Amino acid sequence: MLGTGLIQGLAVTAKNLVGSFHDPARYTTVEYPEVKQKLPEAYRNFPFLVAENAEDPMGTLRCVACLICEKECPPQCIYIVRERDAKGKVVTRPKVFDIDISVCMSCQICVEVCPFDAIKMDQEFEIATASRFDALLLKKEDLAKPNTYYHQIHPKEAAEVDAILAEQKAKAAATKAEAASKSEAAKATKPASATTPSPAAPRAEAPKPPPAA
Amino acid sequence: MSAAATTDAFLERAPQLLRDAVTGFLPEPWRWIVNGIIAIAVILAVFGLLFAFLTLAERKILGRVQNRPGPNRAPTPTLPFLKFLGKIRTYGLAQPFADGVKALTKEDVVPRDADKLLHFLAPVALLAFSILTFAVIPYGRHLVPLELDAAVLYFFAAGASTELAVFMAGWASRNKYSLLAAMRALAQLISYELPLLLSWVPVVMLAGTLSTTGIVEAQAGWKWGFIPHWHVLTPWGFCGFVIFMVSALAESNRSPFDLPEAESELIAGHLTEYSGFKYALFFMAEYFGMIALSGMAITLFLGGWRAPLPFLEFVPSYAWFAVKLITLLLGFIWIRATFPRLRMDQLTRFAWKFLVPLALINLGTTTVWSLMAGSTALQIARWPICLALVVVPFVVIGRTLSAGVAPRTYRYAAS
Amino acid sequence: MGPHHPSTHGVFRMVVTLDGETIVKLKPVFGYLHRNHEKLGENTSYLASMPYTDRLDYLSSMTNNWAYAIAVEKLAGQPVPERAEYVRVILAELTRLLNHTCLAGFLMQDCGCSGTPLMYAFREREYILDLFESLSGSRMMCNYQRFGGCRVDPSADWLAGAKKLTDRYGMFLDEFEALLTGNEIIMARTQGVGRLSPELAINAAVTGPMLRATGVNYDLRKVDGYGVYPRFDFRVPLGDHGDVYDRYMIRVLEMRESIKILQQAFAGLPAGPILDSKSKNRGLRPKAGEAYGRIEGPKGEIGFYLLSDGGANPLRYRVRPPSFINLTILEDMCLGHTVADAVIILGSVDIVLGEVDR
Repeated sequence: MLGTGLIQGLAVTAKNLVGSFHDPARYTTVEYPEVKQKLPEAYRNFPFLVAENAEDPMGTLRCVACLICEKECPPQCIYIVRERDAKGKVVTRPKVFDIDISVCMSCQICVEVCPFDAIKMDQEFEIATASRFDALLLKKEDLAKPNTYYHQIHPKEAAEVDAILAEQKAKAAATKAEAASKSEAAKATKPASATTPSPAAPRAEAPKPPPAA
Repeated sequence: MSAAATTDAFLERAPQLLRDAVTGFLPEPWRWIVNGIIAIAVILAVFGLLFAFLTLAERKILGRVQNRPGPNRAPTPTLPFLKFLGKIRTYGLAQPFADGVKALTKEDVVPRDADKLLHFLAPVALLAFSILTFAVIPYGRHLVPLELDAAVLYFFAAGASTELAVFMAGWASRNKYSLLAAMRALAQLISYELPLLLSWVPVVMLAGTLSTTGIVEAQAGWKWGFIPHWHVLTPWGFCGFVIFMVSALAESNRSPFDLPEAESELIAGHLTEYSGFKYALFFMAEYFGMIALSGMAITLFLGGWRAPLPFLEFVPSYAWFAVKLITLLLGFIWIRATFPRLRMDQLTRFAWKFLVPLALINLGTTTVWSLMAGSTALQIARWPICLALVVVPFVVIGRTLSAGVAPRTYRYAAS
Repeated sequence: MGPHHPSTHGVFRMVVTLDGETIVKLKPVFGYLHRNHEKLGENTSYLASMPYTDRLDYLSSMTNNWAYAIAVEKLAGQPVPERAEYVRVILAELTRLLNHTCLAGFLMQDCGCSGTPLMYAFREREYILDLFESLSGSRMMCNYQRFGGCRVDPSADWLAGAKKLTDRYGMFLDEFEALLTGNEIIMARTQGVGRLSPELAINAAVTGPMLRATGVNYDLRKVDGYGVYPRFDFRVPLGDHGDVYDRYMIRVLEMRESIKILQQAFAGLPAGPILDSKSKNRGLRPKAGEAYGRIEGPKGEIGFYLLSDGGANPLRYRVRPPSFINLTILEDMCLGHTVADAVIILGSVDIVLGEVDR
């Protein structure tokens, strides 16, 4: 019948109008900034560097400046310069670690490819700034945040990472202890031999893919 | 205004008493003049405020229909030493005033080649004619600003003059796009004048008078003690009311007939070259038109200031008028929230091929109704006859017009 | 009609020649959002191109990712575990719901409903976007598919939430249809407007709901049978007239079919790995060769053509953008209509400028 479609439409609108007063499904506005919505754990915004210790963030960064994230970053927004010691030899620490967040597209590939769980995604999004250039280049000091912060924002993930790292450390310690006892035994049986091949110094485990991020 | 009958309730006479208290001491010609000025001032103030809160109500209701709050952040104005005022939550009530301040302080841009006098006059004329129409609507038992014998004619004459101002606006801008848009808007307005006028001719026929107070008088009394004699509760009255409201929607450029003033896809509308306060005046005139037409619809069809049931007569008449007015205005907003726009040619086709024939047939229905007003048997018989005379043309003409348009069923691929 | 107009679907310009009110010539001008996507692809590794594909049709990032993943998997010969295939189907159908809901809202907005259907559509989209956020970390730029599977395994909680949403979606569609489909004004505005004949559609390489609205039975989910689609029982709706109303209704019907697919997928989701254990993502260097991977995206056939010379970056990277190809017949559809209709016709083509311009 003519006009019935129109009347049906009016009925739907009226239902929504009346429902908006008592049914939360029909009043879906979250009045930010007075009310903030809870973000899911997986939410990602810009990266940050994980530091083991909150008191000494610069000294306990997990990052060893392997340059993998710099290479894999699609828009090439990471800039790393390795630390060198007094003799010019490479030390496994970054001297400069800059991320240009005006270029970063929050794709999370740097987190995925990092073998050392050193860079993770932060959840801060209220970082608007009035300065166009300086404030948009985050340096090592701005990026470093402690592992406790990582636990706060991504509890499940942080727990998994900690478990894996602890396992790696335990394995490394076990291998080291085994190698040390072996070399002790070798020294004891062949004191004059200089051809005992000394076992290779225990290295960090081969890069394992990080847990589902 | 007519002299108050002393048998009315106090609330009913309150406006009169108030006015007499203020001007009662003045000598005769001055008293008449000052009474007139008071009436004008009251109408401007009341309907000005109503316009302001109507815009707010529209935005909030539109918001609620769309699952969101409307505007609720407008703060009260603060002074350096009264900062706490800004923290009070007004739930959006300060929004119309904030909008007013914005409109007043915006730069008034007039195109260099524009016809300056017409450019200035257009919004003024529009608003003036819109406000003139408020003079003959009876707001209460003793609250008619101007009692005219040909009040309805005056109302629609003033209302039709507003269309001139629309064209003035388009012409004065010296912009061929706004001229084209103004012509389209004018085409829409003229097309809908005819159903608008034809829809109240039956009312005047049966009431026997063009005077608005007379028409309200004709709707007095209750049938069987509880059904009021309002015109809308008769078949021809209902048809007339619906045609009137649809045409009122189109006359005030409201959705679903707002193509001339919506963000027109190519042409920016006849209001392109207006900014700031003049734009606000156009806006105000549109809403005043809406309010005035609603007021007239109430007078013609809904029994004016009359109460719907006898025991509710203790509520003053102007309160009833206000209730009915607000209901109609909310209906306008509800329709805006729901329906999409009609295209220009569909709009005009709807007016000429659907509304005008229905309105003309309605005249016939009213004649049948009034001729069958004799004995009780005839009075009972006229109901089904007039109902048929209203419904059958509606269905027939509607079916013919929407011939090519129907819900479809779809087939699925056979795999 | 300039790059910025109220019924904007992105920065898109139409140079329209009018005779009175009717259109006699229409030239679309685009390129305002060109971002060198294909050239960038030649200079970026295969994994690093994945987040760029999110930004093509930015409303349906999961399906863009999937098409690219299929292309690379073909090129490198990588298998995909079954659970990952099911999850991909689930996400693709959710994306289809997202996209078609968005279109329904915007088309109605173009018709002139002052925002009401748009708000309802976006209210429902928000629930799906929240799901995507809790799974992949981002609402729109998901960067979720990988070569050989998916990046994250959806948890049982997530699956339960998605299932609840799917079951509730039918109610929203019913309400939406009650509001709009029988509405006489919508029918008068959209029926008979922007007709497209099946022959012209096939000649112009139109794909997706626009093609099916003209009556041509061509849905890649049935034709190619990629992924695990052959296991699901769903129908392909076809239109008869090819006008705007048909395109709108086909999309609504496709949404209902998507709900059916989703329910079947949730029921049949197997346990297992989400990413093939031997899959290589970082530092992938496929052997020299070429591959074309395509899927039925919400807008049409989205395909990626990759040419590899054995290096870390593809030698040639080409996107087949459905919106761009569907736009080529805009002029033919708009001739003889008024400007108001042109806006609605453009809305029914369902373009996203990110894809048109790349």
